[in-house]
Amino acid sequence: MNAIVYGAGVDVGSTQSKAVIVDESLRILGRSLIPTGANVVKAADEAFREACENAGIAREAVGCVVGTGYGRFKVTFGDAQITEITCHARGAHSLYPATRTVIDMGGQDTKAIKVGADGSVLDFSMNDKCAAGTGRFLSAAADVTGMTLDEIGPVALHAKDPVRLTSVCTVFVESDILSYMAQKKTVEDVLGGVHKAIASRTMALVRRVGVEDEVTFTGGVSRNIAMVRALEEVLGTRLNVSPEGHFMGALGAAIFALERARVAAARS
Amino acid sequence: MTAESTGTKDRKYEGGVHEKSRELMSAWMGEVGRAEAEHRATAALMISGNCVELLRACHVLPLFPEVTALQAAIRHKSLPLIQRAEQAGYSSDNCAYVKADIGLYLDGGMGPGKPIPFPTVTVCNYVGCNVYVKWFEHLADVSGSKLFMLDVPFLRTTEPSEADVRYVVKQIEELIALLECVSGHKMDIDELREILAHSARAEDGYARCKHLCKRTPAPFDAYFDAINMMGPINVLRGTREAAEFFDDAVREFEDLATRGVGPLPEERFRTVVEGPPPYPYYKSFRNLFAKWGAVAVQSTYSTVGGIWEWGFRHDPRRPLESIAEQMLRENLTNRSIVARYQQIKRYVEEWNADALVIHSVKSCRLFSAGQGDMREYFTKELGVPTLLVESDLEDPRYYSEAQLKNRIDAFFESLEHKKLVASGGHR
Repeated sequence: MNAIVYGAGVDVGSTQSKAVIVDESLRILGRSLIPTGANVVKAADEAFREACENAGIAREAVGCVVGTGYGRFKVTFGDAQITEITCHARGAHSLYPATRTVIDMGGQDTKAIKVGADGSVLDFSMNDKCAAGTGRFLSAAADVTGMTLDEIGPVALHAKDPVRLTSVCTVFVESDILSYMAQKKTVEDVLGGVHKAIASRTMALVRRVGVEDEVTFTGGVSRNIAMVRALEEVLGTRLNVSPEGHFMGALGAAIFALERARVAAARS
Repeated sequence: MTAESTGTKDRKYEGGVHEKSRELMSAWMGEVGRAEAEHRATAALMISGNCVELLRACHVLPLFPEVTALQAAIRHKSLPLIQRAEQAGYSSDNCAYVKADIGLYLDGGMGPGKPIPFPTVTVCNYVGCNVYVKWFEHLADVSGSKLFMLDVPFLRTTEPSEADVRYVVKQIEELIALLECVSGHKMDIDELREILAHSARAEDGYARCKHLCKRTPAPFDAYFDAINMMGPINVLRGTREAAEFFDDAVREFEDLATRGVGPLPEERFRTVVEGPPPYPYYKSFRNLFAKWGAVAVQSTYSTVGGIWEWGFRHDPRRPLESIAEQMLRENLTNRSIVARYQQIKRYVEEWNADALVIHSVKSCRLFSAGQGDMREYFTKELGVPTLLVESDLEDPRYYSEAQLKNRIDAFFESLEHKKLVASGGHR
């Protein structure tokens, strides 16, 4: 009797590490999400261990592990490394097969990815040398308004007259926000302006690869409802947003891992 | 896939071009270092579309501040010089070559009794780079050297007009008079013709080497290895040694091509590269491509001093006119961005490249402007997979290995998938 084949993806990002275990039908059996912290190797291992636990399987049962994210080469127990660009495209395509554009917004990166009909990467564009327009920008805005990252999205949705930020610099946004607060602008309008500024900057990236429906929004920031709405407004289209959006890179990596595990199983 | 399959760690270059180039350039640097003690006249010159033959014919030793700057960068010594210039008020957005050069002066690394002497004449042949005007004005000012502004009009059309050529020739005549004055040597036109014959032979050899990269595998990397030929072709052009260097290089590369030996164990991807390399991280940057088996079969940077692949040669029968034509037309930087597009397009097609890689230079807004459009043109209009990455040619602070690696790995993952699909395989 053939053993069940599992694939695991471990996405070691700049701020958080995610792991996903899939079975042969690409069903997500388990997942984990932990802060990456200073010890990247440990974070990768911990994320994988937790995901196995969550899936209810032993780590030895996993046929193949693929590392992705900036820390992909720190997944020391991994069998292969694939960039998160390729993995996000694959993950998004597996959940939304009509996906032709992926917007991935993470802690330090925002990426626009043009995806082929088979889920492969046709082109991509990323922010360079600057965290403007990324999750880090939202973190700065949350800090200065005294809210958590989870709180700012719903608040921003109530903006009536979003402010126009003069700077999209993650460092200078704090002084910009303080200045608006001093002018008695509502926190809703300030946060509305923050989300609009990021959406506008993201549009520039997306235009470089071309906007083609369907557009799938992935990465940690895809959980932010105000960001979803702001992007939909500038793009003029609805976004696919999955509850698994945060895990899309790990999911894509797990699918690649599963394919490799299948090949290995077939050979043996 | 794993990207480590091409095994680059033990890669060893075959052949003597690298060693011979280093030897020739060291000899030139030695001459530069001795120039002051030997009371030799020197002239600072820009690499791009340069007229080094005139200096040689007037017995004036050429200095190239760009070469000094890039040598500092490749030896990991550029940052303190850049910071020295920034302490003096130069902005982080200024050209890092300029800052390294000014920093070298401010730091006392240039001038009387130093390995880099002050030039006797500063020849501002600002071919396509107007930052040079201010740089060389400054250099002339601090060094007390005579400043000669050689105004080479930017090429507005595909060919320079007769008036353009006359205009440059007239200035060349004035420059000769100045060089004769500082060196005390009256230029002999027959000596210039002989120098130009050496130049033409070197140009011919360089072009033949570049054409050999049409073979699969290419016998050398026309971006990373080409810098070993850029010294002889740009700095030493017009000397017998440079001409012989290229005779030897052709023989060596022909042999490698015949034996099917390339710079990597396996040539998996053929690229054309646009933009100068990040000299402070030259090897690291190269390894990011080498591990994918990516070999540059052509590059625009290797033509910054002159474009020889299409047949132009200095002509001893028309000495001054051919020098003027080379400065006006036959180099990368004095041409329009559209002409650059056409150059790259020919490279991609004729050298059978899989992709274009653009390395954009953060501190060179002049040359990097338009590279976003270039990427669009090649990706969308021509369907050539194009990667745009950014760092700097001189300033190590702009080099982010993790960011570059991510982009490069993702790009080749995508190319690999395309190849697999094209070959009838699947993921």
